[in-house]
Amino acid sequence: MRKADVLRFARDAATAYPLRASLSVLAMAIGVAAVVVLTSLGDGARRYVVEQFSSLGSNLVIVLPGRSATGGFSPANAMTTTPRDLTVDDAAALTRLPAVRRVAPLTAGTSEINANGRLREVVVAGTASTYLEIRSFKIAQGRFLPEADWNRGAPVAVIGAKIQEEIFAGRPAVGELIRLGDRRLRIVGVLKATGQGVGGLNTDEVVFVPVGIAQGMFNTHTLFRILIEAKSRDQIEEVKREVTATLKTRHSGEEDVTVITQDAVLATFDKLLRALTAAVAGIAAISLAVAGILVMNVMLVAVTQRTAEIGLLKALGARGDTIRNAFMAEAAMLSLVGALTGYGLGLFGAFVLRQVYPVFPAYPPDWAVVAALVTSLSTGLLFGIMPARRAARLDPVQALMKH
Amino acid sequence: MDLIRLTGIERVFHLGDSVVHALSRLDVAIEAGEYVAIMGPSGSGKSTLLNLLGLLDRPDAGSYYLEGRDVTTLTPDEQAAVRSQRIGFVFQSFHLVPRLTAAENVALPMMLAGIPAAQRAQRVTQALKDFGLDQRAGHRPDQLSGGQRQRVAIARATIMQPAVLLADEPTGNLDRATGDDVIHLLEALNERGMTLIIVTHDPKIGSRARRQLMMEDGLLRHDSARPSAAVAET
Repeated sequence: MRKADVLRFARDAATAYPLRASLSVLAMAIGVAAVVVLTSLGDGARRYVVEQFSSLGSNLVIVLPGRSATGGFSPANAMTTTPRDLTVDDAAALTRLPAVRRVAPLTAGTSEINANGRLREVVVAGTASTYLEIRSFKIAQGRFLPEADWNRGAPVAVIGAKIQEEIFAGRPAVGELIRLGDRRLRIVGVLKATGQGVGGLNTDEVVFVPVGIAQGMFNTHTLFRILIEAKSRDQIEEVKREVTATLKTRHSGEEDVTVITQDAVLATFDKLLRALTAAVAGIAAISLAVAGILVMNVMLVAVTQRTAEIGLLKALGARGDTIRNAFMAEAAMLSLVGALTGYGLGLFGAFVLRQVYPVFPAYPPDWAVVAALVTSLSTGLLFGIMPARRAARLDPVQALMKH
Repeated sequence: MDLIRLTGIERVFHLGDSVVHALSRLDVAIEAGEYVAIMGPSGSGKSTLLNLLGLLDRPDAGSYYLEGRDVTTLTPDEQAAVRSQRIGFVFQSFHLVPRLTAAENVALPMMLAGIPAAQRAQRVTQALKDFGLDQRAGHRPDQLSGGQRQRVAIARATIMQPAVLLADEPTGNLDRATGDDVIHLLEALNERGMTLIIVTHDPKIGSRARRQLMMEDGLLRHDSARPSAAVAET
């Protein structure tokens, strides 16, 4: 029997019993759609987190004072009890490294802002003009902190959008004088609202001042963080090495800082959420196995229903493998149509999800789509083998007597 | 040379503890172009004999030569090829595939044999015309009368130009008039040289054949071609 004839014969056989064909197609479709929608959700969550992290700024490397003891307690950690402070001079030294584009020192504390007859507690971030670009913030009014010597700094401030709203009730704030702790500062700019915050710090509620001013206010010479932007994504590791080496030299050979890259944090989340997506896909794949068993059931019924026909085909000279191929082709077709229908349904489900939650990028990952289609086809074929072999092995005399 | 030669054929069925000899000590030779009726009461072994002749069943002992070739020792696939090329079946209940049209049913043996579609269509058109079914080509079996169905089945049985046509009670599901038409059709095929073997319990149909084989309890009681020999063996 020719291949085209086998396929046509199988197609006609499947469509001759529309109810049983559509039920098995439906079962397969639900299985595939479940995989597509659930992996869309999982992968959407992953993309969402990755996007949130990326909004921190690109090619970011962060220096923290102190060595993070990831290896647990060890004598080496016990020896270095108090880490050396990070200073503005440390930050300045890093700007000279070849792979570094920008450096922003960051010192932080809380203080009270007093202006326009209103008072509230705010987070004060002492930094430099480079901070704006490193974090990719946008200015709503005025400008960001001016370029200046980090150790001195003009008495100016840039406020977050929420502070402007609360203290100045939405009026233009640029040029206004405020009292921040014991300092009198002039507002030179207002940040555009970002609505995002990482680590409980909403940037809309921060007052930015030159690092020198902040250190004076808090009577300290240490830095909370140094933010570094690498020249390119490929140079992040290089920056990390250079920064570690430079600070080690400056801190008399002691490696007492922790350098983290955004990539490392991101990679962890990425890995975590990928695993989650895979797990969800695995659970959804159970429904594919169930669908495969249903296809087997349907094919077994088909063999019983068409026993007389199988006997006839044998009498007309059909070989066992011809009959087996015809039934396998039928099972494969039911699975294939089911898989494609399910794929369509799944894509539609993901589309609906994206409409309902626009911030959530619910697209199914390619691997899940391929896996779902391959699994559904192979389960369909696998579970089609047994009925097909049963059909091929029927005794023609017995089969012909059935009606 | 005989078209069919059966020697010492035995066929035994085990039903629970009892052993049924469906066929025993059967020796028959049929020449090409013969018109043979196999007759006998139900349970006499005539259907078993027909299944055996059609290679749907294997004997437990004895040998079956078809066109001089021992077909009992062939593999299942080789037997399928013999059924495809050399044997045509006509059944009491027609055995048409319900979802296929008359033309598709007639084309079925050619499709199974792997004959290209264009050639199939040509031969089917000719066959339907020969059997007066050209107006019914696109009809499904449930849209055809009993007589038309059996004519489709005969067209299907002969489309591969087999050496022998085996008909199992071909008129059993038909009224007298249509049944006669079908018999005439089969006889016309026989007159053009096709070997025809009909199983029937209807003595009227059986008597039309040029040779009768009377079966009883798995034994050949009477062979009209060799009146003395068959009885002498019992």
